[in-house]
Amino acid sequence: MSITIKNLTHIYNEGMPFKKTALKDINIEIGSGEFVGIIGHTGSGKSTLIQMFNGLLKPTKGEVIINGQNLHGQGTNGDKVNKKEIRQKVGLVFQYPEYQLFEMTIKDDVAFGPKNLGLSKEEVDERVKYALEAVGLDESYYEKSPFELSGGQKRRVAIAGVLAMKPETLILDEPTAGLDPKGRNELFEQLQKMHRELGLTIVLISHSMEDVARYAQKLFVLYKGEVAYQGTPREVFAHGKKLEEIGLAMPQIRYVMESLKAQGMNIDEDVLTVEEAAQHLISYLRKKGEA
Amino acid sequence: MIRDITIGQYYPSGSPIHKLDPRTKILVTFAYIIGLFLINQFIGYVFVAACFYGVVKVSKVPLKFMLKGLKSIMFILLFTVVLNVFFTTTGNEIWSWGFLKVTDDGLIIAAKMGIRLALLIVGSSLLTLTTSPIELTDGIESLLSPFRKIGVPAHEIAMMMSIALRFIPILLEETDKIMKAQMARGADFESGNIIQRAKAMIPIMVPLFISAFRRAEELAMAMEARCYRGGVGRTRLNSLIYKKGDYIAFGIGILFLVICILL
Repeated sequence: MSITIKNLTHIYNEGMPFKKTALKDINIEIGSGEFVGIIGHTGSGKSTLIQMFNGLLKPTKGEVIINGQNLHGQGTNGDKVNKKEIRQKVGLVFQYPEYQLFEMTIKDDVAFGPKNLGLSKEEVDERVKYALEAVGLDESYYEKSPFELSGGQKRRVAIAGVLAMKPETLILDEPTAGLDPKGRNELFEQLQKMHRELGLTIVLISHSMEDVARYAQKLFVLYKGEVAYQGTPREVFAHGKKLEEIGLAMPQIRYVMESLKAQGMNIDEDVLTVEEAAQHLISYLRKKGEA
Repeated sequence: MIRDITIGQYYPSGSPIHKLDPRTKILVTFAYIIGLFLINQFIGYVFVAACFYGVVKVSKVPLKFMLKGLKSIMFILLFTVVLNVFFTTTGNEIWSWGFLKVTDDGLIIAAKMGIRLALLIVGSSLLTLTTSPIELTDGIESLLSPFRKIGVPAHEIAMMMSIALRFIPILLEETDKIMKAQMARGADFESGNIIQRAKAMIPIMVPLFISAFRRAEELAMAMEARCYRGGVGRTRLNSLIYKKGDYIAFGIGILFLVICILL
């Protein structure tokens, strides 16, 4: 499923003295099956942008086109686009999604989305099972109250609640904020698995340069409501110091490699992950040993 | 949508009204409300509306912004008006259908009631729009302190009010967030009959209550961590002192009240 954003501008409280331009002339294209990362300093417009993707916010100006359908324009037969349908296709997981849990049991909570889609009871059950399995919660959790779980488990239930809608695109706003390293790794493993096996398009907002460097195929860097840079992680992180000027950074391992290089080691500092860096270092040390 | 509610919001613009002592503003607002209820003629309402408009102009709060706040209580306003139109029995009958009767008295009373309520709400919202919650509580506490002798817990009342005021925008924002999260899961708040709509509120109310309790607990903890133990012996950063502007405001307030009594 493809998402295209054309010349989009969004202004909060337009016509008020404290109006705020959150997004300025944004052009973004997300292809079907891509794993996209969006990074940016706090207040750069990331969260506003993702609410455009499923029609929760109406842009002040510009177009949001999903699978060739203009979200806020007139449809081919003059009908308005069915927002519910779009929200089923574009699953959105907000920041701290555990705060949206409300049902007595985990099973019922995850079933909320599918039930809203008007599915049969069997189908709903099947989807609940699928979604909870996808986030790694087994049947012993089904009848528990979501409020007796740990923070990380609650987060997983909330993500399952969106997954149960079987979206074609999954958008996550800092899904790992406040999770421990183990929970974080598990979540990313699950996401990558779904991306690979189900062909899910994934849009990830993150403050962790390491995470986007590792998982994303394409990056958008937002700064003050505008797309400052875009491209593959390698292209984006090649901007180095310029990223720091807009409140971001490179993945930490890149700093390690750069300082090693500065100390005279003849290595390529253009790495994204620790594993890649290790490879570079091993081959460098081998070469040095042979010489 | 939900952010349109302006009651309890602070609108900083640094106008002379903003700089007044909060006690002055509270007392003048009282004078305004008393004056509003003393009046019983349309000419009086024109006068009150004109005064109100003048104060709004000085305060630099856009009128549009205030009227937007009125929109959120439109239902109560309409309800009162309709009730008065149909259930006033005195006066000459103009139109009737079954037990419903519209009389000329009813129409006049309803119109007065509507104007009075609308002016009351926009007028008192001007107080919170031009006074930060902290100033407001300081003012209330100071005004209530003479009653401490007869056992009124002035500080506690003021603190409770300031916390409540502070929480309004937070809870509104939270509601907005939760609503969007549930809409992303296909929840529908806009269609269906009353019962269906009420039911659709459950996925908002439960998380909202939980988060309100959580926030309250965190706030209590944070206050205790900073050694809060009530108002006894507490000093403040900004002591309240009446200035020249305050006396002018009092003068205008008294003048307003006198005119209201005469009208």
